[in-house]
Amino acid sequence: MISYFQHNQSQIMSWLGWHARLSAIPLVFGLIISLPLGWFARRYRWAYPPVVSIAGLLYTIPSLALFIVLPGLLKTKILDPNNVIVALTIYTVALLVRVVADGLAEVPDDVQQAATAMGYRSFGRLIKVELPIAVPVIGAGLRVAAVSNVSLVSVSALIGVPELGKLFTNGFQLAYQTPILIGIILSVLLALAFDVVIQIITRALTPWRRAVQPA
Amino acid sequence: MIFTDVSHWLSDSSHWHGQDGILLHLKQHLQYSLIALLIAAVIALPLGLLIGHTRKGSFVVVAIANSFRALPTVGMLTFFYILISPHIHGTGTASYFIPSEIVLVLLAIPSILTNTYAGIENVDPAVRDAATGMGMRGGQVLWRVELPNALPLIFSGVRSSFLQVIATATVTAYVGLGGLGRFLIDGLSQQDYPQMASGAVLVAALALLVDLLLAVIQRYAVSRGVTGRFSRKRVIDAETEHTLPTVQAAA
Repeated sequence: MISYFQHNQSQIMSWLGWHARLSAIPLVFGLIISLPLGWFARRYRWAYPPVVSIAGLLYTIPSLALFIVLPGLLKTKILDPNNVIVALTIYTVALLVRVVADGLAEVPDDVQQAATAMGYRSFGRLIKVELPIAVPVIGAGLRVAAVSNVSLVSVSALIGVPELGKLFTNGFQLAYQTPILIGIILSVLLALAFDVVIQIITRALTPWRRAVQPA
Repeated sequence: MIFTDVSHWLSDSSHWHGQDGILLHLKQHLQYSLIALLIAAVIALPLGLLIGHTRKGSFVVVAIANSFRALPTVGMLTFFYILISPHIHGTGTASYFIPSEIVLVLLAIPSILTNTYAGIENVDPAVRDAATGMGMRGGQVLWRVELPNALPLIFSGVRSSFLQVIATATVTAYVGLGGLGRFLIDGLSQQDYPQMASGAVLVAALALLVDLLLAVIQRYAVSRGVTGRFSRKRVIDAETEHTLPTVQAAA
């Protein structure tokens, strides 16, 4: 296994890099889109049920189907990695919108009132008080999305997008176990790395939790 | 245009019948998915009930179940295929049916298991105490009190498992299994985009329909006492609390 890795190191590392990019970019886009949407669903009660159910419906679409339909809708080539990015952004948003809305809903009333009493207007209160308090919940949602993205990216190897999934399709075609095992290990390690990074960021953004809860 | 492509392809009746027809592949897709879901339920439901009721071993089981989710589906599929298929001799579909089903079952277990366990464990302790106070024994508490109360969460676990199995049963076409995934994989190798896109639309439609159907079943299966005749708020809280364990990779 090690010699296979050494022989194909540059190729595997480039797939790993693509895999990391294809999973990370949708996380960032997804978060940027979910924050205002989640806020909206929280702010206007009538918006919560439709937003959450549409998000749930989007999540039911099988990824392989989405990878194939998107080029037809976006007029992109089927091998274009942007299809994967758009598809995974959709899944990330589907997952995070509800998490953001619920996270904001969990901000205690007395905290909001205290912030208002200190002179925060709604936008400042959102940015400086409510969002920071919702960070742990949103971070937990991001961790789920990251793990799911890393696994979903490899499905796109079936339509030929270059990433770690190539190790699976190559191994399958050659009936050779080694590349598959390397692919599984690297993909689990990548998921783990995302998980650790998100946890570190969550921790760094919520210094007060360490003061209150010595865990 | 994708819409005209798909509607043309789907309106051709020769695509619906016969060996490579939509109807046969749809039947196979549902068959393979249901088999996997049943096996997973037989394993995960009793285990989840046991862990939730005794509150023992939850940490280990949940950690293992969650780490399963990090495993890439396609990797697992090709891994088991290459591991198992050389040992299966003889004719037929067994050489790709067995590895595919193993992967589908492994994928279906985590949601059912974690939701069953969480559902049982999260039953209001006061309700459990009341049941014991009424003289119920452990088994009776589990069957008559904890299980009905946990049903909404158990159902949402089964739902997300089934959806994931249906999505992944598309991917198993890659190693040769039948089902709607055939149109996606075969269309790709034949450079036939209308076929691929139609297959994709069919799979998405199937997933949406199944989810809707399960939602309706859930509505009638769950006791009205739990869903809101007495207290609507508690059920909603319980559902939102478990957003994270419930959501699952769409594979």
